[in-house]
Amino acid sequence: MSTLFNVSLSPHIHGNETTQKLMFGVVTALIPAFLTSVFFFGYGALIVTSISVASCLLFEYIIIRFIFSKPVTITDGSALVTGLLLAFNLPSNIPVLIIVIGSFISIAVAKLTFGGLGNNPFNPALVGRVFMLISFPVQMTSWPVPAGLGTGYTDAVTGATPLAIIKEGIKNGESISQLMTQIPTPAQMFLGNMGGSLGEVAAVALLIGFAWLLFRKIITWHVPVSIIGSISAFTALFWFVNPEKYANPLFHILAGGVLLGAIFMATDYVTSPMNPRAMVIYGCGIGILTVIIRIWGAYPEGVSFAILIMNAFVPLMNAYIKPKRFGEEVKNG
Amino acid sequence: MKTFPVGGVHPPENKLTAGIGIRYLPLPASVAIPVSQHIGEPAVAVVSKGDSVKAGQVIAQSKGFVSSNIHASVSGTVNKIDMLLDSTGFRQTAVFIDTEGDEWVETIDRSDEIPVEIKLSSEEIIKKCLESGIVGLGGATFPSHVKLTVPAGKRCDTLIINGAECEPYLTSDHRLMLERGKEVLIGTTILMKALKVSKALIGIESNKNDAVDHLKMLAAGFQGVTVHPLKVKYPQGAEKQLIKAMINREVPSGCLPLEVNAVVHNVGTAFAVYEAVQKNKPLFERVVTITGKSLSRPGNYFVRTGTSVRNLIEAAGGLPDDTGKIISGGPMMGKALPNIEVPVVKGTSGIILIPRSESERTEVLPCIRCAKCVSACALNLEPYLLMTLSEKGNFERAERERITDCMECGCCSYVCPAGRPLLDYIRLGKSTVIKMARNRVMN
Repeated sequence: MSTLFNVSLSPHIHGNETTQKLMFGVVTALIPAFLTSVFFFGYGALIVTSISVASCLLFEYIIIRFIFSKPVTITDGSALVTGLLLAFNLPSNIPVLIIVIGSFISIAVAKLTFGGLGNNPFNPALVGRVFMLISFPVQMTSWPVPAGLGTGYTDAVTGATPLAIIKEGIKNGESISQLMTQIPTPAQMFLGNMGGSLGEVAAVALLIGFAWLLFRKIITWHVPVSIIGSISAFTALFWFVNPEKYANPLFHILAGGVLLGAIFMATDYVTSPMNPRAMVIYGCGIGILTVIIRIWGAYPEGVSFAILIMNAFVPLMNAYIKPKRFGEEVKNG
Repeated sequence: MKTFPVGGVHPPENKLTAGIGIRYLPLPASVAIPVSQHIGEPAVAVVSKGDSVKAGQVIAQSKGFVSSNIHASVSGTVNKIDMLLDSTGFRQTAVFIDTEGDEWVETIDRSDEIPVEIKLSSEEIIKKCLESGIVGLGGATFPSHVKLTVPAGKRCDTLIINGAECEPYLTSDHRLMLERGKEVLIGTTILMKALKVSKALIGIESNKNDAVDHLKMLAAGFQGVTVHPLKVKYPQGAEKQLIKAMINREVPSGCLPLEVNAVVHNVGTAFAVYEAVQKNKPLFERVVTITGKSLSRPGNYFVRTGTSVRNLIEAAGGLPDDTGKIISGGPMMGKALPNIEVPVVKGTSGIILIPRSESERTEVLPCIRCAKCVSACALNLEPYLLMTLSEKGNFERAERERITDCMECGCCSYVCPAGRPLLDYIRLGKSTVIKMARNRVMN
């Protein structure tokens, strides 16, 4: 008998999920949001997304190949996801060079300096976005108004986002009922017909992506639902107390980056907690911080900051918030 | 439908042999019977070279309480007592017998009659199990008489019969329930009598609905025995998971099922107990599934212990050219065999031939912290963390994170998208932690 058999420890079979399949599953979930952004913002959305994806892939390739001198891993899809998510957080008329700088920060600084996939403490796309927001505040906050499919890259008309309108208005002493006339209706906001970053506007497209992620079992419901739930609860509290000073919960959910953040950014595997209990606490933390920033902070929008702040607590949560182990408490049913 | 609440996976079932009836494997020309086919002390050989033996005769005597008798599985002459590579990959003592005819010990009832009435008392049944070398046939091979002896201060009120057979590919328990259902139920009643309980629950996964229906029908004639379908989910057949699924009691970490007043036995064990008590037949034969996608005639066989895996593969149509791995047991928890001369033992529930294309592990990629291992763990441990701690040698922390609770079901490694060898490292950590704990006790 000369045949040699493989001898290894059990299990001898493996599920058919791979890192690459998971990443491409996320990409698939982003397609509806991408299509609606092209529909509302025209060529700009296409250009910004292409530049962002291409430069993220390129930086990952160059750094791993020539600086790390390791086998190139861009086919795993993680840089592609970072590129897409970064683009989705940008206005559709942002200059090319700024996108390239943002991509560099995302990939080189936020991801690869920590050792690459699986080791970065902060969500790379958000680090890139926040870097750009602080470095290029003008370009990063001039939001094109949706003008349809044919809109060119730089000829878009810009205007304030609904959140900025509310924030400015409240500061100038106007009431919510007056301000509500200046912002899109909930139905328009649900479909994405409002100013904002190119991926965040269409709630319906993001929810389709969410359904896909749940169906494919790429993420669990814990993080998104606890973010959306805590934002709703927290803003409802203020709204009940004084509806003339504070916007209603539905507005807070539909306006700005809550859905994009809750579904796609906060659920990033690497930077979110490892068990359901911690995930719920993490999600509620993000929700509460978002509302605090929106109501009392300097920026009209707070999702990015909230997620990054909670990212910092993840190692601590993983160390101290544990799942209830089987057989931990004696129960006789 | 009932199932356990946390974790678990559902691998492709691949029950290729579910529809194939059990046949008797032709007697091999020789057998090699290891003296240790159970958990606990190895038995001591009591025959020597040149002795002639009959099937059912004790050839190795149990040593200590947690041990088991070993019987000759064929009649013939002892050729030698020598070392043999067994399914664990270690060498151990085995009795080699050259087959001559098929003569059984006279006390064994070889008729087709199925006696229902149980004549033995509780103590006599336990003694019979000890004498007959009955061990848990689900794979763990824990001596049954130990499990049936309820220590002072403990109480047992429920017997659970494990017919889950949650491992992919395996169908030996399934066929046994279908073809020897009555015997399994009599065996169940014998176990109930031994444990002095009035209630026995048989749990069967719902991918074997024919067995559920068959046993339900038969169980009408057995007082206190009920049959329950379970949702198909691995590792349902794990003792603690099965107890949780069936009677919603959670066995505390580090304790035995008796802590929650339950005892679990496998359907194969129930059948073996029936044969021992009602037919006087010691355990020297069991049902083995021989299967694999490339095998020409997969099937289920009654196989005498000590028969080499080679004999079994030949009966199933010969070794396919593309065989890359041979597993003894299920694909989730079974052992990869070093060669095909390894003997079938009491714990061999199946032999699976895996094609070369499926026998290699995938490339190990970085952990992306997806937490799928945490969701898959049926004990709600954190496999990613236990692996890292073992890898880094931080065994004190691994102990605090309850690494010793791990039952090595393999769900974590199965689901890991990055193909990380989670369970390999957890095993390393677990064995180190157990050694540490033992040293602490000794100092």
